[in-house]
Amino acid sequence: MSANTTSAHSFATDAEIEKAARAEAAGAVPVAATDPEVLLAVENVSLSFGGVKALADVSFDIRKGEIRAIIGPNGAGKTSMLNCINGFYHPTEGRITFKGETRRKMRPYEAAAGGIARTFQNVALFKGMSTLDNIMAGRSLKMKRGFFWQILGFGPAVAEEVEHRRFVEDIIDFLQIQAIRKTPVGKLPYGLQKRVELGRALAMEPELLLLDEPMAGMNLEEKEDMSRFILDVNQHFGTTIALIEHDMGVVMDLSDRVVVLEYGRKIADGTPSVVKSDQKVIDAYLGVPH
Amino acid sequence: MNALYQIFIEPFIFMGEAPDLLIQTIWEGFVSGILYALIALGFVLIFKASGVFNFAQGIMVVFAALTLVGFYSMGIPAIISLILAIGVMFLLAVTVERVVLRPLVNQPDIILFMATFGITYFLIGLGEFIFGGEPKVMITSQLYLPEGRTNFDILGGFVTIQHIDVAAAVIAIIMIAVLGIFFSKTRIGRALRAVADSHKAALSVGISLNQIWVIVWFAAGIVALVTGIMWGARSDVSFALQIIALKALPVLILGGFTSIPGAIVGGLIIGIGEKIGEFYWGPLLGGGIETWLAYVIALIFLMFRPQGLFGEKIIERV
Repeated sequence: MSANTTSAHSFATDAEIEKAARAEAAGAVPVAATDPEVLLAVENVSLSFGGVKALADVSFDIRKGEIRAIIGPNGAGKTSMLNCINGFYHPTEGRITFKGETRRKMRPYEAAAGGIARTFQNVALFKGMSTLDNIMAGRSLKMKRGFFWQILGFGPAVAEEVEHRRFVEDIIDFLQIQAIRKTPVGKLPYGLQKRVELGRALAMEPELLLLDEPMAGMNLEEKEDMSRFILDVNQHFGTTIALIEHDMGVVMDLSDRVVVLEYGRKIADGTPSVVKSDQKVIDAYLGVPH
Repeated sequence: MNALYQIFIEPFIFMGEAPDLLIQTIWEGFVSGILYALIALGFVLIFKASGVFNFAQGIMVVFAALTLVGFYSMGIPAIISLILAIGVMFLLAVTVERVVLRPLVNQPDIILFMATFGITYFLIGLGEFIFGGEPKVMITSQLYLPEGRTNFDILGGFVTIQHIDVAAAVIAIIMIAVLGIFFSKTRIGRALRAVADSHKAALSVGISLNQIWVIVWFAAGIVALVTGIMWGARSDVSFALQIIALKALPVLILGGFTSIPGAIVGGLIIGIGEKIGEFYWGPLLGGGIETWLAYVIALIFLMFRPQGLFGEKIIERV
């Protein structure tokens, strides 16, 4: 594992940058990217929109099977980070390695096909469609039968539809949303919408699940339910999870490791207890007298 | 008093006195209504999937029909010409996606709308360059479409029904049914509705926007081809046909821009309303009200149901 992925400091020393540059020039892949335990490695990623820097030289990794939290004050670049990971944005600099494969510009379609699923901060569901159809949409990439059979509406396409339907019903049972299977999701309360969105992401059978504030706007009970689902998904299906969350209690309980961003830079990285007592993190959240 | 009598009483007495004429009028309205519905359907498909109001739908009807007739006049058998014309519509869909939609993704709607103006004038120019500007005759019999007419004796009079109109109605109904099933039952249909609802969510589950756009433009192209054949069979194939696309506007206002059933019902209301209005009330105003009546109906509708009959109700939270 290279020094700058584990270091708690966002500023790489000149020597480190030089070393990385030399390694890159020689065509060597940094250690983090080749470690079999690492599912996703983010290396020196910067992202700017015009003159605004959303992310500056951020490096961290996500190990297989862990729950990784990304926290930070508003505008710290957390969602931008997720958008880079699933291909909505392309980093201006740096590289992201997923399953040992580095891609300069990964498109959302490729990210989804590779096993990255996500939910959104402000629920993005297909509002006119039922819960069932929404979750079925998550199976899009798994369904391979051609156009021709689908138009005919019988034969292999039907068998395939039935098979996927069974999988989706299992997810519905798991999330305990049987009662709203046929309801158009636009009519559901917010907490349930978040649950359906999680279901749609799970339908993709992801290796990496990105959750953008899965508990925003929920009451205590809903938060507890959602926490339980997240832990179940992680433990029973072995899905690696990266989540953004503002509720510190939730973050400390759920996550194995935490990365902290502020103004687009990484200011801390480690286990919840280490991060919690880090002076920089405390300053970032509470403010420092200038 | 006399004016009121002429408007509110006399037409209805006339309807009762000559029910065969009423049925004839309704039938005529039904047929043109179905064709309006087909054009509106082309608009709805594209609007649903990409949020673009495709001004070029009208010219696509003309272009598709011209391509078909053009291939045939080169000595290619009619059925092969039809297949080639479908191929051309597919090429058009791919080209539009590549050259127009992809570079303009995430631009404001008005820019995409203007781009479809560009497509319109490009297709007019291309069509005139390749096929010339003079009207052409649709190859109706070569495509095994029926010709001639049948008179039915009913209610003490008779109703004349053109065979081509029956064929048009049947084909349109089959086509609408197939599209309906396709969009509600299949994976691609679900993907299309998904794209219509939320681009970013669709992207996140691995639906390719580019693929969906090609599919909807191709579907709209096929709808345009069928419409072109049917309208061409009733009149000629000429560039003047494209103004019928403007008739789709009131249909869409009635039916809602995002609803396939809306396009059908809207088309029928406009088609039948127009013919009845022209036949029974037209003479009072010196005739020719068919050209503007549809817009007046749409205007009245806008006041009471701005989202259309089946359109999604727009709720904005403040």
